[in-house]
Amino acid sequence: MGHEPVGPRASPDAAVAGTAFYDAVEAAAAALYLRALVDVPPDVREALRQAYERERHSVSRQLLGIILRNIEIADERRTLVCQDTGTPIYYLRAGTGLYLDGARVADALRRGTERATREHSLRSSVCHPVTRENPQTNTGYRIPAIHWEFAAGADYLEVLCVPKGSGSESMTFLRMLPPADGVAGIRRAVLESAVEAGANPCPPCIVGVGIGGTADQCVALAKRASVRRLGTRNPDPEVAALEGELLEAVNRLGIGPQGLGGDTTALGVHVEHAYTHITHNPVAVNMQCWRGLRATGRVRADGRTEIET
Amino acid sequence: MAGIPLTTPLREADLRPLRAGDWVSLSGTVFGVRDATLMRICDRGVAPPVDLRGAVLLHTAPNVRRVGDRYEPISVGTTTSTRMNRFTAPLLERHGVRAVVGKGGLLEDSVEAMRAHGAVYLTIVGGAAAWETQHVEAIEAVYWEDLMPECLWQFRVRDLGPLLVSIDSHGESLYARVRDDARRRLQGLLGGGA
Repeated sequence: MGHEPVGPRASPDAAVAGTAFYDAVEAAAAALYLRALVDVPPDVREALRQAYERERHSVSRQLLGIILRNIEIADERRTLVCQDTGTPIYYLRAGTGLYLDGARVADALRRGTERATREHSLRSSVCHPVTRENPQTNTGYRIPAIHWEFAAGADYLEVLCVPKGSGSESMTFLRMLPPADGVAGIRRAVLESAVEAGANPCPPCIVGVGIGGTADQCVALAKRASVRRLGTRNPDPEVAALEGELLEAVNRLGIGPQGLGGDTTALGVHVEHAYTHITHNPVAVNMQCWRGLRATGRVRADGRTEIET
Repeated sequence: MAGIPLTTPLREADLRPLRAGDWVSLSGTVFGVRDATLMRICDRGVAPPVDLRGAVLLHTAPNVRRVGDRYEPISVGTTTSTRMNRFTAPLLERHGVRAVVGKGGLLEDSVEAMRAHGAVYLTIVGGAAAWETQHVEAIEAVYWEDLMPECLWQFRVRDLGPLLVSIDSHGESLYARVRDDARRRLQGLLGGGA
């Protein structure tokens, strides 16, 4: 019953991952999970500072001031920025110049998540969906969530860790609109979602929008968009223009920091898209709280690891 | 800005003078509760192991370190109150709770319960756990450890604040005000045809 391999095999000069690589992936998972919880990415810090400078509403200025002070305290004490250790998610980009075993990578990510939880007394935020049993490890069946992407030719594995906070994740929306609703329907869906989310996702948020694809792809694209670095634009000029227009519109809703009114509701609106069925015009919205939790690293075949700062 | 100082347990007379938009700070005992804790009290009717009359509740499940037979706080932050909205009225009516510290706000029926019973909702900045933890002096007691991390936590706090009075005991909610305004603005942005 053996199957003959079909198509090209791994490139003959691809580096082969050994034990040192999988150990390094485990260490990277532990380091990135912690880093995402104790550090705020530079682009998010800058956007929050700008929001503070720009804010005209006095209550909201106070609230943004506490957010900035909180970041300083977390830096000084090297402690968690927010108490929510989130649902651990890893976005992987596997270089095709690196020959690896995906099952071993997934296992290393789970062990790394558990190690960080144990070594830093992190709250376990993960439980069984029916019994609600909490294994106290921040892991469980299908958690951490793992997404695979591929980078042609690269000789490393890129790991983006997102411990997703529940307040923002709870504010997720999907609409399978018809084509006749057009871009106006997408715009309406995003704005109505922002209003419905209101104070709940800890604004000012990074609003992730997925358009196109299938239903499951669309939601995944929205989440992927919400963890893109602020200042990056969708490479498609039509979609990039939509990002700018949506950001301006969301910030005219006046929801403001923590949903108590003000000028900045969103630090950014990011849109990711996929081609879709001719009968579909799907739009999904997934929020990232002001924390902008994420940390990235790269692991090479011999285990050398770089953590992005 | 430190805000109007309040010390627990709170009395109705402490809270009636407060108006939405005021800032306060809290010292004394604050009880940390969350979904699992509130389901046990309100849905399963289990009597809380502490007297909640005049109490301040904080919507939280903290990160803690076990040291001997005690717990030390690592990170005490605040979770979204809105999903626990339905527990608010019973906690005020049956258990005498006087204040809820949270983020995200509470809905209309809770605003009404706070008006009827003389209680307030105090906004703390969500996600600002490093800042919040600095105001927690100690974890005085922990009940229902089987619900870890959603136990009933008894924290001693000092000058926890500034906290914004966002729902007062006179039926005023800053959240409702902003939401209504956002809905009006939304109609404008959509060209009024929604």
